Amino acid sequence: MSGHISKLLKEQMEMVNLTINNIPLTVPKGTKIMQAAQEIGIDIPHLCYHEDQSIKAHCRLCSVEVTGRRRLLAACSTEVWEGMEVHTDTPIVRDTQVAILQLMLANHNKDCLSCPRNQNCDLQRLCSRFNIMESPLPSVVKATPRIVTNPAIVRDPSKCIRCGRCIRACKDVQGIAALTYAHRSSDITVTTAYDKPMERTDCVLCGQCSLVCPTGAIVEKDDTDAVLDALQDPRKHVIVQVAPSVRVALGDAFGMWPGEIVTGQMVTALRLLGFDMVCDTNFGADLTIMEEGSEFLHRLEHGGTLPMITSCSPGWVNFLEKNFGDFTDYLSTAKSPMSMFGAISKTYYPEIAGIPVEDIVTVSIMPCTAKKYEAARPEMGRDGRRDVDIVLTTRELIKLIKYVGLNFKNLPESEFDSPMGFGTGAGAIFGTTGGVMEAALRTICEKYTGKTLEKINFRAVRGFDGIKEAEVDLGDRKVRVAVAHTLKNARILMEQVQKKESPYDFIEIMACPGGCIGGGGQPIGTTNAIRKKRMAALYEIDKNLPLRKSHENPEIITLYQDFLGEPLSEKAHELLHTHYHKVEKEYTF
Amino acid sequence: MENVSFLTKNFGKYDTNAIGSYVKIGGFSALKKALDLEPLSISDLIASVKVKGRGGAEYDMYDMGRKLSQARAVKGERKVVICNADEGETTTFKDRELIKNDPFNLIEAIIIAGYVVGATDGYIYMRAEYACFRPLLLNAIRQAKSCGFLGEKILGKNFNFNIHLYSGAGAYVCGEGTALIRSIEGRAGRPRMKPPFIKQSGVFARPTCLCNVESLSIVPHLLLDEQQVYASCGMGDSIGTKMISVAGNVNRPGVFEIPFGTTVREIIYELAGGVQKNRHIRLIQFGGASGKVADESILDTPYTYEDLRAAGVMVGSGGILVIDERTSVLDFLRMNQEFFSEESCGQCTPCREGNLHIKLILDKMAEGKATAEDVKLMCKIARVMSMSSLCGLGETAQNSLLSAMEVFPETFEVGGAEA
Repeated sequence: MSGHISKLLKEQMEMVNLTINNIPLTVPKGTKIMQAAQEIGIDIPHLCYHEDQSIKAHCRLCSVEVTGRRRLLAACSTEVWEGMEVHTDTPIVRDTQVAILQLMLANHNKDCLSCPRNQNCDLQRLCSRFNIMESPLPSVVKATPRIVTNPAIVRDPSKCIRCGRCIRACKDVQGIAALTYAHRSSDITVTTAYDKPMERTDCVLCGQCSLVCPTGAIVEKDDTDAVLDALQDPRKHVIVQVAPSVRVALGDAFGMWPGEIVTGQMVTALRLLGFDMVCDTNFGADLTIMEEGSEFLHRLEHGGTLPMITSCSPGWVNFLEKNFGDFTDYLSTAKSPMSMFGAISKTYYPEIAGIPVEDIVTVSIMPCTAKKYEAARPEMGRDGRRDVDIVLTTRELIKLIKYVGLNFKNLPESEFDSPMGFGTGAGAIFGTTGGVMEAALRTICEKYTGKTLEKINFRAVRGFDGIKEAEVDLGDRKVRVAVAHTLKNARILMEQVQKKESPYDFIEIMACPGGCIGGGGQPIGTTNAIRKKRMAALYEIDKNLPLRKSHENPEIITLYQDFLGEPLSEKAHELLHTHYHKVEKEYTF
Repeated sequence: MENVSFLTKNFGKYDTNAIGSYVKIGGFSALKKALDLEPLSISDLIASVKVKGRGGAEYDMYDMGRKLSQARAVKGERKVVICNADEGETTTFKDRELIKNDPFNLIEAIIIAGYVVGATDGYIYMRAEYACFRPLLLNAIRQAKSCGFLGEKILGKNFNFNIHLYSGAGAYVCGEGTALIRSIEGRAGRPRMKPPFIKQSGVFARPTCLCNVESLSIVPHLLLDEQQVYASCGMGDSIGTKMISVAGNVNRPGVFEIPFGTTVREIIYELAGGVQKNRHIRLIQFGGASGKVADESILDTPYTYEDLRAAGVMVGSGGILVIDERTSVLDFLRMNQEFFSEESCGQCTPCREGNLHIKLILDKMAEGKATAEDVKLMCKIARVMSMSSLCGLGETAQNSLLSAMEVFPETFEVGGAEA
């Protein structure tokens, strides 16, 4: 915040004077003790608090002493008041912090060495900070097995500290509430309705729960071993594709600034890991625009089902199948960039490379847990062979890079391989909410009008607003578009569709906050503030590329010339389109 | 000792199923009087005799008159008055007697409170175990409505008010205000952090005034108390009378109305008929499971807010549990702890995990395997729980243990003789 703005703010806002550990400070009225303490460099420990969530005040780890108060107050939930005297380091505060951590540890399996969150765990970090060497309390943790029932999310209740962050992410951000508390007292657990496996509830496998879990209680299903096996098999030709949003998130784990663009280092790292072809999902994104844009124009001109709704976010597709199953016709039949890439890597590529398809292993690096489910869908393959064999999240790629001991930050930069390694700016912005719409509009406008589009930045669909809308002039007609991220917002737009009140022709929906940049498979610590930095970085990539329209991608042009014919051709339909189906619910409330 | 019958004066005087017989003994005349008064003059009257909340919230025991006037001052549409009839504290059953013997007075009281607050709806949140009184209350509500004491334009005044009866599902924690409200809303009965405070955002986010059965029941009687009988009772700042319930190893357990200032000895040995078989008293717990304990030395203490507090215990819910010499302090504490290990809602760490570990250490003590370190640790956990828990349950769950550690230190000398 610049001095000028903060001065202005101070003039406008009512300010409150208080002391924390005898240090005087002045903060705006309404500030909570926790944020006030941050102002003077004091980090009050917390576990259930998450900056993007409503306050729970459950863990009580942030309890502090306030002069004149009989009991400790939770720093996360208590607003400062004039003359307040806060103490964060008195004996009772320390006793409380230590006791709460010891109580948590006694009901935790403490299996740090084999935990996917080892060295990246809030509980572990705090126990280290408070020098908790051994707990005087007996272990009361229930021996519960890890719950592995689907290809995306794994739960380990014996690591759950009942902070409720996952519940808030599922209910408040996504509006799904697949996860909830059950039972009470020391039996309280975080679980699903009737304890059903997640995939059989309203869960869409978006993984937002795994992103906010402070421990290893909810994690992505780890598939790194399968990738290492493939890489070490000399008969296998292993192709990797990387989603647009990974290159602006990966650096977080290696001490780089949030939103730092690490495309070059990432490509080098993948090559050093031993992948035979390092390719770009941005290529797949451009291909998706070719098909999806053409599909939209076809629907527009031939009275097809409108609004057409994007289908590249698998969490969103799962949501629609489960909640609006009678409306699958509204979804674009165009597969996601990942799956289009997969299909091309198992058809076109073997042909031109002269490699038997059975030797090809296609790996995707995705910001997403639901992509693991998408890749396993029977629709996404042919002849009993999957188009994408293994999906890793950004987090798993981080593990692989650490595993082989690469000094990521200092790696030299290198370029994607070709073919399937070239992406335009339109492909790059697929990783953010609004990006698919903007990319599509760039191509749709030119295809419809036949004229070169000069103003290619569609600013109305950019930004972090939950639902954005715009009207686009195609000359002889206008097209109304809407963009939504998070499933809570998706539901709002779908209820309009359901009531036949949707004013739109074309809707983009991303399941996760911010789109893929905020996906459930992104690095731990992803917050909305960081999502916004990643978003800016993707637009920066787009801005600096010479080609920013999907139909100008030379590799795409060649692909159509040599293999597919034209968008929506029979071959394109066979390889690049699919249909989704209503999923009947097993229960209702 | 003197006998008083202020809150209980209608007991047995009318047919609790017939509004007509209640009206015959003067029923609803307090409401008629109230509707001709300024609402704030009613809350002032209540404040003048220092009526405190009778639910048992130990530390935040509210001033009933002030509570009503504050609730009136809150701006908002469709305010709510809730009568807390959860009465979940162990050994506490005085509200049950008020509901059972004088249901129309309670209905009248809630309507008056609604008038003072400016509310449109009243809720009675009654514990699951009192399901037997549902027909009684539903009938009382229905009859009051058909007689024009509820509904639109009550007694011809510009005052609309309705009462809804809601039964809990059996959780102790639902006596806690925010949990109670969530339960009415159809959600799991788990407390939430404050703010927002109930008075601003209570049931269905409406401004809500939450009062105990007994606190409310006093109001109609006070309005008609022209002789100032209530004000003439009591001792010091503890004005008036109090409903208490005595349970445990006494000859005549039951509910009694006493003037404040009656000694504990009078309560136990006269009203409750003394200890069974003249056994010695091991301990007395005041205010239910969340209450503190004392030994026999408290017997001559007058039962007032101030004197009990000075003696290290609290009035709380008005429950008194007498435990005789056959039960050890440790066994009593284990029983009490068993209760809290079951009834914690489980959301906040200190209460969820703390209750369990204290139970384990008490069990270890009973097996003779506890060390001095264990006892120290138990004391520390109990302190952390009471200092940092989310709601009043965790705050008060260890009152009995912490007070027992002071009153009965020998119990905690591990390795030594068991008291």
